[in-house]
Amino acid sequence: MKYLLQGGLVIDPASGLEKELDIHVENGRIKALGSGLETRGLVVYDLRGKIVAPGFIDMHVHLREPGGEAHETILTGCRAAVAGGFTAVAAMPNTRPCADSEGVVELIKARARQAGLCEVFPIGTISKGQQGEEISEMGSLYRAGAVAVSDDGKPVASSEVMRRALEYTKIFGIPVISHCEDSSLSAGGAMHEGYWSTVLGLKGIPAQAEEIMVARDILLASLTGGKLHLAHISTKGSVELLKFALAQGIKVTAEATPHHLLLTDEAVQGYDTNTKVNPPLRGPEHVQAVREAVAAGIIGVIASDHAPWSREEKEQEYDAAPCGISGLETAVAVCWDTLVVSGRMKPLDLISRFTTGPAGVLNLGCGRLEAGAPANLTVIDPGLKKQVDAGSFYSKGKNSPFHGRALQGWPIMTIVEGKVVMAGGRIKEEPKD
Amino acid sequence: MGLRAKDLLSMEQLDKDEIDLILYTAKEMKNIIRRDIKKVPTLRGKTLVTLFYEPSTRTRTSFELAGKYMSADVVNISTAASSVVKGESLKDTGLTLEMMGTDVVVIRHGMAGAPHLLARTVKAHVINGGDGFHEHPTQSLLDLMTIREKLGDIAGLKAAIIGDILHSRVARSNVVGLKKMGAEVWVCGPPTLMPPGMEEMGARVTYELEEALRGAQVVMMLRIQLERQKSGLFPTLREYSRLYGLDMEKLKIASPGALVMHPGPINRGVEISAEVADSLQSVINEQVACGVAVRMALLYLMLGQKGE
Repeated sequence: MKYLLQGGLVIDPASGLEKELDIHVENGRIKALGSGLETRGLVVYDLRGKIVAPGFIDMHVHLREPGGEAHETILTGCRAAVAGGFTAVAAMPNTRPCADSEGVVELIKARARQAGLCEVFPIGTISKGQQGEEISEMGSLYRAGAVAVSDDGKPVASSEVMRRALEYTKIFGIPVISHCEDSSLSAGGAMHEGYWSTVLGLKGIPAQAEEIMVARDILLASLTGGKLHLAHISTKGSVELLKFALAQGIKVTAEATPHHLLLTDEAVQGYDTNTKVNPPLRGPEHVQAVREAVAAGIIGVIASDHAPWSREEKEQEYDAAPCGISGLETAVAVCWDTLVVSGRMKPLDLISRFTTGPAGVLNLGCGRLEAGAPANLTVIDPGLKKQVDAGSFYSKGKNSPFHGRALQGWPIMTIVEGKVVMAGGRIKEEPKD
Repeated sequence: MGLRAKDLLSMEQLDKDEIDLILYTAKEMKNIIRRDIKKVPTLRGKTLVTLFYEPSTRTRTSFELAGKYMSADVVNISTAASSVVKGESLKDTGLTLEMMGTDVVVIRHGMAGAPHLLARTVKAHVINGGDGFHEHPTQSLLDLMTIREKLGDIAGLKAAIIGDILHSRVARSNVVGLKKMGAEVWVCGPPTLMPPGMEEMGARVTYELEEALRGAQVVMMLRIQLERQKSGLFPTLREYSRLYGLDMEKLKIASPGALVMHPGPINRGVEISAEVADSLQSVINEQVACGVAVRMALLYLMLGQKGE
């Protein structure tokens, strides 16, 4: 398989490269990168007006398998990933059973290999059974291929357990990804606490439920020197705490989700359960602060927190419906439209939040464009305007609050180790038995 | 002239003209209730279902009577004795009622937004009979009717809503309804039972009962539930009653002849003393009478006018 990607604007945040170039791909690798490359004998993709970037990484997805196959499988999740422009995802461990053992980590890797679409990096649990009581066998998880540990979905309530996790992971140099939530403040809550929770009569979750734990974990990172990554940051106070930590030289990174960058709690009006997510959609001042932090690089990662649910789960009363948004297939367009089209960010900076940002947090070798490197590439059409149609998602989860929304800037090609796995929004799968 | 929307889900959705229309129609309906033979054929052949996921005496019975006085067939479903205990979803219950030919469903549910889910699912009219802490629009309509009967124009009145505002759908509907009719609305309760954003909704907020009562022509007391004490929102019912309970002494702070209202069921001696509840200023029983009339008016405006 050899071909030429011709005339695209090649943007590589790792090297700062931003230039119209041809890319010659052969045998799964970038063979050459330059202007006016020889086309003879090659299939040519005309990418003038398009942007070619290193393969996008979504470091926070829920693939649901094992245990939640009604909502998503590793195969359908990988389809959603490549359809959304991602060449790699990191899978959260809150499956059934959860990824607190080598067996589950290996199963995830094996199923991902079978799917053969994109790279899946498993994340192991922080605690045994995600019970928050004793730390998991992180050494075994790491050897089996876990790139991080997290009890995502459930906060680690005990400061002691969090402290030990941040210390113990120093052996392996992997990050502890913290889901920051003080459950005693958030219990029973269905949305952000504020004007809209009052109008709608839903129990609110104050911003402080997140911020208290962000503060705690930053202090524990300072105590231990461990590598802390804060998942789905959604409030102004969290951003302020993050700034404080960075100013102190504490090792901490953070991510934001596309939905927290675009939607406010006003979207809950009408009780569309697709707007129910944890942390909840916040007020405009919070959205503004998170956008600014992403633009300034204080938050270095954008991750979808892809959380697919079957239809019947979301077709319930707002209080009864589970939290989560099926986000893989809209993440890039939501961010491009919200941050680049609006002029808040340059393309290179946004691309780094999907490439060098997550690669740095997870110590991954990918996320760089150079001759000899594996050809993991994402191509974006910055001018393409399209309406979101959740019904046509590759993911089993059609739970999207963006359904029907027109967005500009979509991934149009995903290339994994030289294979064009998605073109024009459609997946190309090799026939399997 | 009729109502704009298929369903009645909130006071928020109604404009002043619609509220006026409902109250005007309800006044006519009250004449029917006063008759010796309380039956008109207006809704013959129509079916009303009350679907109650929470216990209720007043709301359910008054909807049932409202339907019956107008010759509709009325079916009451209480979830304890229905397929809901077998795990049927609200969507499927709604579709089942739809296929049986139901014209109106009145739903009461412990979760905010459940009537919206039902309204999206079925073609029948849906009336919100109280959803979680969200709204209880027919309660607000009957309260407005009671005030209008007793005091005339609502515009310019000072109304004080006192008690557990946080967990009260009646408070939310009345803040919205009273504001739309031009009243000055105060909400009063301990900070632990006061949700954020009440000012943005147009209400004045105070933690002091005296300030809320001063000069008020309408005093609405809310029911306080013992379970709120158990979740630590106030120390004891005794202390609550001392700070926010209404007795004859405190009532004197309000405007002379102020109306005392309560959506019921009342806790005598807790949020309201027996003397106040039974006093001439109390209109708690008039509220109940208006409840049937307002619900008749709604059913008529939704079902009875369609060129039959």
